[in-house]
Amino acid sequence: MQTHQFDVVVVGAGGAGLMAALYASQNGANVAVVSKLYPTRSHTGTAQGGIGAALGNLEEDRWEWHAFDTVKGGDYLADQDAVKVLAEQAVSAIIELELMGLPFDRNPDGTISQRRFGGHTNNITKKPVRRACHAADRTGHMILQTLYQQCIKNQIRFFDEYHAMDQLLSDDGRSAGVVAVEIGSGELHVFHSKAVIWATGGWGRLWSVTSNAHSLTGDAPAILLRRGLPMEDMEFFQFHPTGLYGLGVLITEGVRGEGGILLNGKSERFMERYAPSIKDLASRDVISRAIYLEIQAGRGIGGRPYVHLDVTPKTVNRYLAEAGESRRIDGNYVIQKLPDILDFCRVYAGVDPVEDPIPVAPTAHYGMGGIPTNIDAEVLAKPDGTIVPGLYAAGEVGCVSVHGANRLGTNSLTDLIVFGRIAGRKAAEYAKSAGMPALPPDPAGKVSAELARLRSGKGSSRPGPIRAKMQQAMMDHVGVFRTEAGISETIQIIRGLKEQFNTDLVIDDRGQQFNTDLLEAWELGAMLDLAEVTAASALARTESRGAHSREDYPKRDDQNWLVHSFVWQDGDTIRLDHSRKVDLSLGHEPMERVY
Amino acid sequence: MKAIFRIRRYNPEKDKKPYWQEFTLEDVLPTDRVVELLHRIKWEQDGTLTFRRSCAHGVCGSDAMRINGVNLLACKVLVRTFARDDAEEVKIQVEPILGLPVLKDLIVDMEPFFSHYRAILPYLITSEPPPADGRERRQSPQERAIFDDTTKCILCACCTTSCPSFWANDSYVGPAAIVQAHRFIFDSRDQAADQRLNVLGAPDGAWRCRTIFNCTPACPREIKVTQAIGEVKLAIVRGVEHVRQQKIADLKETPAPEE
Repeated sequence: MQTHQFDVVVVGAGGAGLMAALYASQNGANVAVVSKLYPTRSHTGTAQGGIGAALGNLEEDRWEWHAFDTVKGGDYLADQDAVKVLAEQAVSAIIELELMGLPFDRNPDGTISQRRFGGHTNNITKKPVRRACHAADRTGHMILQTLYQQCIKNQIRFFDEYHAMDQLLSDDGRSAGVVAVEIGSGELHVFHSKAVIWATGGWGRLWSVTSNAHSLTGDAPAILLRRGLPMEDMEFFQFHPTGLYGLGVLITEGVRGEGGILLNGKSERFMERYAPSIKDLASRDVISRAIYLEIQAGRGIGGRPYVHLDVTPKTVNRYLAEAGESRRIDGNYVIQKLPDILDFCRVYAGVDPVEDPIPVAPTAHYGMGGIPTNIDAEVLAKPDGTIVPGLYAAGEVGCVSVHGANRLGTNSLTDLIVFGRIAGRKAAEYAKSAGMPALPPDPAGKVSAELARLRSGKGSSRPGPIRAKMQQAMMDHVGVFRTEAGISETIQIIRGLKEQFNTDLVIDDRGQQFNTDLLEAWELGAMLDLAEVTAASALARTESRGAHSREDYPKRDDQNWLVHSFVWQDGDTIRLDHSRKVDLSLGHEPMERVY
Repeated sequence: MKAIFRIRRYNPEKDKKPYWQEFTLEDVLPTDRVVELLHRIKWEQDGTLTFRRSCAHGVCGSDAMRINGVNLLACKVLVRTFARDDAEEVKIQVEPILGLPVLKDLIVDMEPFFSHYRAILPYLITSEPPPADGRERRQSPQERAIFDDTTKCILCACCTTSCPSFWANDSYVGPAAIVQAHRFIFDSRDQAADQRLNVLGAPDGAWRCRTIFNCTPACPREIKVTQAIGEVKLAIVRGVEHVRQQKIADLKETPAPEE
């Protein structure tokens, strides 16, 4: 075992982690970044369409409109103090990325190019507004590359391929560091630090069809739950409406931002019925439900469980003409604006989107909930706002909550940058004033025992089938639509799988070096914990709001449910609390949500 | 169909040297990705099989492997690349990418690769102060377009480890590092082209490239790698401005897309 000391340890090297590391370092902290992947492999790199900010480069736009759209998109569950921070600071965040060297697409006048995206509107005309700053359809890739480049320039210390598995807390309840296993050697490392920033992203791998990387297994939420800390709003998990059928690979909303249309098996533009005003650019929860309903009604393509996303110039131009717009596109335009999408479709579906429509269906995409934080990215220990000193979270893993019950497209990237830099700055400030906390006795003991147990399991259940059963149950019953019976059944299934995992597991690889068999088994344990708290949170919320759609409670219930869910894992029991009220400080009272 | 895999195995804790092992999978579809099939082997037959992977759709760059003798991302190659859709059997051979030390099975040590990447100063360098109005720097669409291709690089190492010059001499910075240098050398906002061209003009720089062209077909992002290296070489000889003007002139010959 090795022990390292730093002022600030950042876990995760995607957009939020790298931004936090840069800001902590610039604010004088001695920083380490610990990640189970090489930083450039992080999932931020797969974000496609754009990053939202009211730059107003092509038409009038205001951060206040961005804020309102975010609140409405989140079905009024977002905390409006946090949304204000997001929308207001988004503008300077984009400028900062540009100054770091991010190669945004440009307008003829040399400013950053912007495109339309779901739910982003001019609040006066109610028409879609061009707010999504982009670099072709690889905006996330360019953000990840640019931030990593800046980290190299600023000589940030990286521990690549170190898998964090525990949060250390001192006797007086402060964060004292993290424990990670060095993947290459199997050796345990204790990162003893004044502050820890969790920035490990999401947990889409709980579901069988997902846009998420294999690595997105919700390690950090599980680690903190096991240390007695709560998660917030776990029932809200976004299904992106347009995953490539069968695979779940993301097909950006930017396709619709550029004029693409959703069509059912009868070649109807069905979104006209569900969102008469902005149609195919309604928010993601609305469109995912519409697609499910079309499929249920037998109007999938050839009766099968998918619809078409059509961005062929013929179709796009037809609807542009119908809408009275003068703009027309050609095949070259599609090729230049959506090169990666064309590539995915050609490789994985054998479809050329310039000529033919793309087969799509909803795919598990983004966790609105996660580690509860305040607007300073400090982790909450309780719903009353009590914090854990020295502990921070940012990006998808955190719940601040800017996304409420449903995230708008482009806001995840904005969130990473805005709250990543807040976390980095705040953690560095804290490290300046705080002393080094005392390490608990035998700091790596818990991880060491867990890994030893997994490595030496003598049962007959392999991790693969347990994982597959969990993913299928979550997809069937804790997906786009939910019912009490379905969720309850899923909780029983998950409990059974947990029992199997705890008592009957066996893995093949008993070695130390690059033991990915062992690490995947550990990740499965984390996912089983998250699946259970997600299902339990979904069961408790007896209303439909944003991405949480209960068939047995189809209406939003602001009387009883304008509150966040907090969930704890107390041994084998799940405890819930709904006392934390939504912040309405921007003055956006809940209204009926129509698009 | 049936898939017969032949996989290069090596466990440093057990094996003195690498060896080949065969696995058979039934019910394989022509549209299956190779990485899914490697997962099936790992999850159904042998959990000790070790490889890197993450996004599984060709963006993160984790799973570069030598598959049937060619560098590919395992998540971006389908079974139908190697067999007709109605074939009864497909043979797939998988081994680690060449030229980097093998650590376990299909995992290689990426540090030498990233060390070459860092050598070309892969970050924007400028002493120009930010615009006084607090807004973004301006860059014309043409200035942006001339380095678009090389911004696509995901650092997967498919190009560098397909290069015979790199196999012969691993102190050569390799195609990926030159592609990354190109991305900054031709960015109108950057002012350190000379520093990078000094690195690339040195003996282990761009001149180790013998224009063998292996790198270009190896790139899963379809970057014109050899062309980018050629432009860097030309910039060393004729100056960056010469190449930049030429590239902007070439752009003007291609009509802009209609919007």
